Amino acid sequence: MPAVSKGDGMRGLAVFISDIRNCKSKEAEIKRINKELANIRSKFKGDKALDGYSKKKYVCKLLFIFLLGHDIDFGHMEAVNLLSSNRYTEKQIGYLFISVLVNSNSELIRLINNAIKNDLASRNPTFMGLALHCIANVGSREMAEAFAGEIPKILVAGDTMDSVKQSAALCLLRLYRTSPDLVPMGDWTSRVVHLLNDQHLGVVTAATSLITTLAQKNPEEFKTSVSLAVSRLSRIVTSASTDLQDYTYYFVPAPWLSVKLLRLLQCYPPPDPAVRGRLTECLETILNKAQEPPKSKKVQHSNAKNAVLFETISLIIHHDSEPNLLVRACNQLGQFLQHRETNLRYLALESMCTLASSEFSHEAVKTHIETVINALKTERDVSVRQRAVDLLYAMCDRSNAQQIVAEMLSYLETADYSIREEIVLKVAILAEKYAVDYTWYVDTILNLIRIAGDYVSEEVWYRVIQIVINRDDVQGYAAKTVFEALQAPACHENLVKVGGYILGEFGNLIAGDPRSSPLIQFHLLHSKFHLCSVPTRALLLSTYIKFVNLFPEVKTTIQDVLRSDSQLKNADVELQQRAVEYLRLSTVASTDILATVLEEMPPFPERQSSILAKLKKKKGPDTATGLEEAKRERSAAVNGGPEPAPASAASTPSPSADLLGLGAAPPAPAGPPPSSGGLLVDVFSDSPSAVAPLAPGSEDNFARFVCKNNGVLFENQLLQIGLKSEFRQNLGRMFIFYGNKTSTQFLNFTPTLICSDDLQMNLSLQTKPVDPTVDGGAQVQQVVNIECVSDFTEAPVLNIQFRYGGTFQNVSVKLPITLNKFFQPTEMASQDFFQRWKQLSNPQQEVQNIFKAKHPMDTEITKAKIIGFGSALLEEVDPNPANFVGAGIIHTKTTQIGCLLRLEPNLQAQPPSPRARVPRPRCCSWSDPVPCVLALSWTPQ
Amino acid sequence: MMRFMLLFSRQGKLRLQKWYLATSDKERKKMVRELMQVVLARKPKMCSFLEWRDLKVVYKRYASLYFCCAIEGQDNELITLELIHRYVELLDKYFGSVCELDIIFNFEKAYFILDEFLMGGDVQDTSKKSVLKAIEQADLLQESGSPSLRDLMPTDYSLPPL
Repeated sequence: MPAVSKGDGMRGLAVFISDIRNCKSKEAEIKRINKELANIRSKFKGDKALDGYSKKKYVCKLLFIFLLGHDIDFGHMEAVNLLSSNRYTEKQIGYLFISVLVNSNSELIRLINNAIKNDLASRNPTFMGLALHCIANVGSREMAEAFAGEIPKILVAGDTMDSVKQSAALCLLRLYRTSPDLVPMGDWTSRVVHLLNDQHLGVVTAATSLITTLAQKNPEEFKTSVSLAVSRLSRIVTSASTDLQDYTYYFVPAPWLSVKLLRLLQCYPPPDPAVRGRLTECLETILNKAQEPPKSKKVQHSNAKNAVLFETISLIIHHDSEPNLLVRACNQLGQFLQHRETNLRYLALESMCTLASSEFSHEAVKTHIETVINALKTERDVSVRQRAVDLLYAMCDRSNAQQIVAEMLSYLETADYSIREEIVLKVAILAEKYAVDYTWYVDTILNLIRIAGDYVSEEVWYRVIQIVINRDDVQGYAAKTVFEALQAPACHENLVKVGGYILGEFGNLIAGDPRSSPLIQFHLLHSKFHLCSVPTRALLLSTYIKFVNLFPEVKTTIQDVLRSDSQLKNADVELQQRAVEYLRLSTVASTDILATVLEEMPPFPERQSSILAKLKKKKGPDTATGLEEAKRERSAAVNGGPEPAPASAASTPSPSADLLGLGAAPPAPAGPPPSSGGLLVDVFSDSPSAVAPLAPGSEDNFARFVCKNNGVLFENQLLQIGLKSEFRQNLGRMFIFYGNKTSTQFLNFTPTLICSDDLQMNLSLQTKPVDPTVDGGAQVQQVVNIECVSDFTEAPVLNIQFRYGGTFQNVSVKLPITLNKFFQPTEMASQDFFQRWKQLSNPQQEVQNIFKAKHPMDTEITKAKIIGFGSALLEEVDPNPANFVGAGIIHTKTTQIGCLLRLEPNLQAQPPSPRARVPRPRCCSWSDPVPCVLALSWTPQ
Repeated sequence: MMRFMLLFSRQGKLRLQKWYLATSDKERKKMVRELMQVVLARKPKMCSFLEWRDLKVVYKRYASLYFCCAIEGQDNELITLELIHRYVELLDKYFGSVCELDIIFNFEKAYFILDEFLMGGDVQDTSKKSVLKAIEQADLLQESGSPSLRDLMPTDYSLPPL
């Protein structure tokens, strides 16, 4: 079937392409293209009307030029004209041009949509096909607006041709992916599900893709698809290879459809017993077939067969409920680990990684450890070796940690540069997680530094220091080991850092041995000093001053070093300052003071290993491995593993957390918000179920905003949300800034403000939708106009949904709009204040809140908070100087109400339990929330 | 879902590109450049899959042409590999022992065939017959009497027999 017999060769186009190919240089090519562009432009502009053929030819040339990588800024109109041609070939080129070149915000979109509308209505299946393809190719929001209502009708209409149905299904899928809100669920959904029963396998294939995606978002609506998919799958699996005719691919019956059906089933938990039996039968048949001799020697046969097999294994892992199937899957993958096809070895390693996290198959996976280690040593393709590292990491537990870590360390000596850093992180994590004996841990990390010092990031060497400081059973060993490691003539700077720090803290533990006397320790460290960078030198200077405290006998030696010109007059300010200050400290301070100032470091608070966070970040937020990681952690926590539970990490107060909450952003929660939520169930129980539970840390961030208006409200690895707001009387305006921290676009970016019914009556929020696409690194802004109608206690929730990469992201945070934002300060003299207070103050007329302050009640900070809170701070009003009083007016649309406020810090209690009191105006509960809201500002974690 | 498909030559010339997710022109060019570099640097016997950015890349070389697809994390690599093969078969059947030049000179046809086969990043129909029937029907609708393209092709780098 040679091309020559086909269709409509465009001689001019072919000549042009030939010319371009014959161009000897880039310049010649550009010259030829410019000539052609000029020619086309004059033709398009000429007085003579072009016939369809010429128009098509020129549009096609433009397309070719564009595909070569040049910009095209004209010809769109001519392409749109071609759409209304009656000749198929002209129409087709017109559509192709538009699919490739027209972006969504083109003003031509109205004309294009018109042409599409005509073709959809033409009832000519080929024209309808072209139109549907165009919609799917452009896939913009405008297209969705115009056609999302129409396409479901075409899809389920009884008289639609099969080929059009196929196109309609996938076209709808594309629109749903871009603008799910514009594709309304309706009667058509149940009819779409029944397409799984269609006689035409092409229709079933296309429909399965659509149903899978719809079912992910609306599982309830599509749950009947499960039994239909199972029976379809069962029919395919048991069919003879000739039954399905053209849908049999190299003797494998309908492999694409099988894979899709198995994917659809992964949207649901294991089905009911009746269906489940049938499904298990299918899965077993597929596993059995894998053991049969191949029906063809062609690689296509085995690829298609194994594609189905791997998808089957994915489903088995997804269900994670049939130990028998899981173990069979594992054995099958074990066979593939030794297969001669590199592709199969790669996939087996990858798939086994997920199996390793199932309790049923973890042990079975572990039996393959030797094969995997061997793969690490012998595979010639780095991407396969990378998978082997991943699998070793996944299968690691207490029983094999020493072996796996040792193998990874030895692999590290020759590993490709591209994956070294990741291996270093993995080794560091495993060594920490499974260390029974911390001397082994210390050895491992020092080995890491020795073998791959350049790839050992700060997180890793910080961590070893944290652990040594927190565990006194290992300190002496650590000191001895770093001392020995530092003897090497050339050692990595990271080792000098770790060595310097540890000897500075625990050098005394080995000073009894004359071979590591204080002076020898000092000289050893100082011999490295001149080879190191400024930060390391600064660290060493601190070690020296610590030595002055630990070993009074080396004081004069160290003072001499500090006094030398190279220190005191160092060009680097930091080094110079340290030298000057340390020298002075060592001279003037008494032994007692030195001992206090230079005391051993207190233990570090236990928190999630920063290394783990780094590995996750490196792996990308939502890759399969990341999820798998999370799964493993969960199961580790359930099994009561001795490793510090990561869940507690977020709530540990960090010593550096700023007290006022005015400073930098709080630590970002690692990874996506946990799926088990229900934190706020009582607040918005009737809100849509699609809204994510509040992101971890959201409450704290919310509290930080009680007394301030600007700052970062939320941050994770993908997204940062910043706020700027201003309030006057009962009105306010809030600017929300959404920053895309990645380099990839966010799609379907939709922030929604959610107010409960109660809140809606009292607080009115108005905003406009934002652009649904946020480019990588870009920031978009949304303005919310706020009006306080009446008093309120709850806060609105900001829900953000978007697609990042292939994954759907869903984040909810509380938006800090609290009643005190509508406070106006009122100055008042002492006499006035107490007169009013006493008028109001009887037990029924006072609301108070006693709370435990998480932060010290420092006077200045408290004053700042009360002012930030919005009321006036009345100084020298309260007879008790420890108390704080404030006054203000709450402005709402309907009324204004005065509010007095007294905060009694109650510093004797531990922790301080201040009492916030507000007198309650007659028969009015308006100011009731005030003490609670004020309390919030002292209670973030 | 497939994110995009690229066809490029060993010399790094892009022959066909199909994007199934809105991507800016600048970003496209950057991705193409980056990915071509990665794939062209790989040795013949290496595995056909690799991790790239947050995507999985599946590629296969046929004669002088690389066919390269980027798919999402949950997608099946092997079936994608066979998807590439099925597309090559379709081209082969249509052009008759297809070569790189066929795709250069009839790029629009290569796009039409791909469109019949894949839509919005998912398989529309896997039956060779159905796809080719659709294309042929379209061809029947076209005018006849075109000059021979083969005259213009200096050399013939046929793809290996399938």
